[in-house]
Amino acid sequence: MTDHKLEIDEVSGVETTGHTWDGIQELNNPLPRWWLYIFYASIVWAIVYMVFMPAIPALPGTGMTNTLGIRGHSDRALVAEDITQLNAQRAEGSAKLLTASLSEIETDMNLQQFALAMGESAFGDNCATCHGAGGRGAKGYPMLADDVWLWDGTLGGIETTLRHGIRHYEDPDTRNNAMPAFGRDGLLTSKEIDNLVQFVLVKSGREGDAAAAGRAAPIFAQQCTSCHGADAKGNRTLGAPNLTDQDWLFGGEPRDIQQTIYNARNAHMPAWQGRLDDATIKALAVYVHSLGGGEK
Amino acid sequence: MSSHVTPTEKPGWGFSIGTVSLLVGAVALGALVIAANAADPMMAAHAWLFFFLTVGGLLVTGLWAGARNGRNPFDPAFYEDTIVKFGVAASMFWGIAGFLVGLIIALQLSFPGLFYFPELGWTNFGRLRPLHTSAVIFAFGGNVLIATSFYVVQRTCRTRLAGGMWPWFVFWGYNLFIVIAGTGYLLGVTQSKEYAEPEWYADLWLTIVWVAYLLVFLGTLWKRKEPHIYVANWFYLSFIVTIAMLHIVNNLSIPVTLTGSKSYQLFGGVQDALTQWWYGHNAVGFFLTTGFLAIMYYFIPKKVNRPVYSYRLSIVHFWSLIFIYIWAGPHHLHYTALPQWAQTLGMVFSIMLWMPSWGGMINGVMTLSGAWDKLRTDPVVRMMIVALAFYGMSTFEGPLMSVRAVNSLSHYTEWGIAHVHSGSMGWVGFISFGALYCLTPWLWKRKALFSTALVEWHFWLATLGILFYIVAMYVAGITEGFMWRAYNEFGFLEYSFIETVKAKHIMYIIRVTGGALYLIGALIMAYNLVRTALGHGEARDAEAVPAQGPAQSPALQPAE
Repeated sequence: MTDHKLEIDEVSGVETTGHTWDGIQELNNPLPRWWLYIFYASIVWAIVYMVFMPAIPALPGTGMTNTLGIRGHSDRALVAEDITQLNAQRAEGSAKLLTASLSEIETDMNLQQFALAMGESAFGDNCATCHGAGGRGAKGYPMLADDVWLWDGTLGGIETTLRHGIRHYEDPDTRNNAMPAFGRDGLLTSKEIDNLVQFVLVKSGREGDAAAAGRAAPIFAQQCTSCHGADAKGNRTLGAPNLTDQDWLFGGEPRDIQQTIYNARNAHMPAWQGRLDDATIKALAVYVHSLGGGEK
Repeated sequence: MSSHVTPTEKPGWGFSIGTVSLLVGAVALGALVIAANAADPMMAAHAWLFFFLTVGGLLVTGLWAGARNGRNPFDPAFYEDTIVKFGVAASMFWGIAGFLVGLIIALQLSFPGLFYFPELGWTNFGRLRPLHTSAVIFAFGGNVLIATSFYVVQRTCRTRLAGGMWPWFVFWGYNLFIVIAGTGYLLGVTQSKEYAEPEWYADLWLTIVWVAYLLVFLGTLWKRKEPHIYVANWFYLSFIVTIAMLHIVNNLSIPVTLTGSKSYQLFGGVQDALTQWWYGHNAVGFFLTTGFLAIMYYFIPKKVNRPVYSYRLSIVHFWSLIFIYIWAGPHHLHYTALPQWAQTLGMVFSIMLWMPSWGGMINGVMTLSGAWDKLRTDPVVRMMIVALAFYGMSTFEGPLMSVRAVNSLSHYTEWGIAHVHSGSMGWVGFISFGALYCLTPWLWKRKALFSTALVEWHFWLATLGILFYIVAMYVAGITEGFMWRAYNEFGFLEYSFIETVKAKHIMYIIRVTGGALYLIGALIMAYNLVRTALGHGEARDAEAVPAQGPAQSPALQPAE
């Protein structure tokens, strides 16, 4: 072994440590000064920081949790302060919004902008998951940006839907109806349902088998008119959709309609009362109302 | 070769085969019992997997040992290189698998409509993401570490691996763990701890394997023929010891039943979070940093044929690195329920960690003094030096991101993903590629690599890939960080969450491009290594082993 025999590396002129491992040697260079001084500086900085900030856990029995630091920093206090500030910033607008009527909101430019900003923000994080960005809807989730309403398109009606939800059974005031599952529960035969599908297609002005639709007319009169009406134009008091237009929540293809009659759909929307505060719910109603289809 | 040592004078080489077989046999029996009584289908699948693989291992061992005809397969006059060859192959295989899964999940994030297969639940992002992280860190990185550590410790201690059959147990046992972990993710077996997802039985198995690894490594150091322990071995040892500690503490849990796959953590709430990030952070520190610094400390001086720049720096940065790293974990929990003093602790130790981390970079890069021309002429050297550049970048960025003010912007954003990938693709990936490019001609006794031009292609494709990847993720991260905190004039959030996701779409697509380039580079490398091993192209003429290739045998010098 070459242990303890000092050797000089020819290229750098620096002596080696005298050890060799599988041909690898080590130079005896000193620590780079800049490296060492920055290392020291980072240690000094760490100590200074610990003097200023909460840092060292206290011994049990001292009544303290840790050293608090001379800056008295507390994340909890800072968050509380931020929330207070934000609430103060929103307070005036929120208070005004709660009692304002639709026409007041529409005429007060500042209040309207406030309500729309608040509503859009809440909509993006709570409603857009189902109803889509901007309320454009999806299969099974109503579009909110058109003027087709299942229940109520007035500002107050939208607010009621938001507060109590749809088929949200924990809330006694929830909007509720239940179309029977005509096929699954054996109320109608498959043949009758197939005829009904043709009937609905014809009613909505699409191509359908007129003979089959004719055969279904008495079934429709017997089973469906109580909600959807004799003219099949629906009934918003009951939340029964208009079957004569081209708007389909669950799809308007024969297969979709067959599924709807066979199984029924009866979708749910949660009640937001208690989850969101009153001002936010009102702002959401204003926002949804403004999307394009709000009714007076 | 030491002809005076005859097999009969070395009794007991069968002992390690016997003990390994006994352990594996016991595990096979236990697996059979669990398989027969499994409480859930996942446990049944894993128990059968354990059973068939361990029984298969026993059969192969028996056939192999029988074919020895009494000749010692663990002849101390030779290095144990076959296992390193297996390790090189396994590393390459798992690397490509891991990069491929990474590409798939990047595509899922970019085009969620196209790469979503509801009828194949196991392809869900939630299942594939841990498959990717574990495949690249533990399967690729782990196999590289085991293979290189076995190679380096033998060369720098001038002795054969200790333990006879046991190193083989470590290699195959570790890869069995990888298979159990990987299939577990796809089956939905997880304890929901990042980088520690495998359930209790996989953890127990890994503990056994890891203790065997530690003993093999220590045993080899113990019987070394060099008076001193080379710096690479300190780093390997710190990696093995600390990972054992981290693994055991973070995986303390109680199984619901010994025949079921589910367990519950010993810690709860913020204590669980702190333990998890003490583990997670030091997995980066002691798996991905010290382990790969060990690779750097052997393969760079060896490949450029220059002495390590500073022995003193290696000592000071080693001890300061391992002492300081272990405290820095709480910086993953800034602005959470973690007590403020613990957040301070995590932050100041991260800042102090900056220079100790850079010590390794300085020592590696400065080792090139007197051989700078190799950067131009040897793409393998360039790859390893660029690895150090990425190492320096991400170990500066880490302390920076631990500063609370920076963290409040960067945390939970793609910035973290950029940081992790500049470290993993740039540092861990490139230093591993460098080591594999060195090892293949050395192990298979080839004159050179099959094609240096292909290494150049790999280097540039992968470098470009990393740059695409990290620049896209920096932009995406900072964008979404600012979008999340934007308030409008009325005091409401300016953007909904989905808007911040949409804003990243183009960046996600650029990331896919970067990942694809990186994967293509790795495929080129695999091709190059296979042709090298086969002795094609420039790798022909095995007789003319170059001076830089280490002597293959004998391990023992005649003087001893």
